[in-house]
Amino acid sequence: MQQVPALKIDGITLSQSLAIIHYLEETRPNPKLLPQGPKKRAQVRMISDHIVSGIQPLQNLSILQRMGEKKMEWAQQCITSGFQALEQILQHTAGRYCVGDEVSMADLCLVPQVFNAERYKVDLSPYPTITRINKALLELEAFKASHPSRQPDTPAELRA
Amino acid sequence: MASEKPILYSYFRSSCSWRVRIALALKGIAYDQVPVNLLKDGGQQFSAEFKALNPMQQVPALKIDGITLSQSLAIIHYLEETRPNPKLLPQGPKKRAQVRMISDHIVSGIQPLQNLSILQRMGEKKMEWAQQCITSGFQALEQILQHTAGRYCVGDEVSMADLCLVPQVFNAERYKVDLSPYPTITRINKALLELEAFKASHPSRQPDTPAELRA
Repeated sequence: MQQVPALKIDGITLSQSLAIIHYLEETRPNPKLLPQGPKKRAQVRMISDHIVSGIQPLQNLSILQRMGEKKMEWAQQCITSGFQALEQILQHTAGRYCVGDEVSMADLCLVPQVFNAERYKVDLSPYPTITRINKALLELEAFKASHPSRQPDTPAELRA
Repeated sequence: MASEKPILYSYFRSSCSWRVRIALALKGIAYDQVPVNLLKDGGQQFSAEFKALNPMQQVPALKIDGITLSQSLAIIHYLEETRPNPKLLPQGPKKRAQVRMISDHIVSGIQPLQNLSILQRMGEKKMEWAQQCITSGFQALEQILQHTAGRYCVGDEVSMADLCLVPQVFNAERYKVDLSPYPTITRINKALLELEAFKASHPSRQPDTPAELRA
């Protein structure tokens, strides 16, 4: 598919972030990234899919390259539109995190998308639930260690 | 007294809605359908009434078991977990990962780039854009399927990947994409369209199919 991420694990190579995350969940089940009940699992997947299909692809690198000068405006429109809907959904589902009080796959999708929103200078003040959850997640070690500013290939000027 | 039957909010030609219609048909789940016309009245999905039901203002939305779900794969996973037969995901984690990888590639990597709201922004370049997105996605998909496919996308049983494939091929045909470079995609699509669930859920056979497009 000529995209990242790709994960080589257990003798296979997987792509598509949520397919990879589901595989990890099914083979290394603790701690859980999906809640127990089907309705809560559906909420986690609905939020994840909204970000992963409804927002990110519209503002990923290959699309933005085709937008040329209109790149910033386009990214802002996609993210704003997606975040308006997401804020409403989260007001129903959120506890400490996106769905209730446990970290789930939805939270793994939220933080990188908020990072993109900030990068494209989207005004986040209309989205207090998104902002609150993002802040709480960024206090967790896993979210800090995996941050773009701390990777082997982070350019020097962007390094934490 | 309200019916206990699930209610699906759908548009006849929405590929995302079609995926869910196939799942409901395969699992033998009776439901009522409420058509949402994405073009009329400036797009009925933007009405205040529909927004209250689904803040994402998109189809499909499924009202079932006292909740409303959106996002086709979230809905299909919910149906799989609550009405497990027949299965739409294989047993082993590696095969399940292949099914999800193919499904996600279509559902995140191809369809969103050529959906209605994006095409409306492309204006005159609409056809060319749709063709580029689909061609690019199908080139990758054909290679993956050569490794995973049996009679269907992953082995010989119908899976969630197949529910994603057929509507995307329909879109490809609609946007006049040349499918001759993709023999595996073409073969699998043809085999799936022989199955009753794929026929009954087809855009040409829905309550809101316009007369001139009706089968």
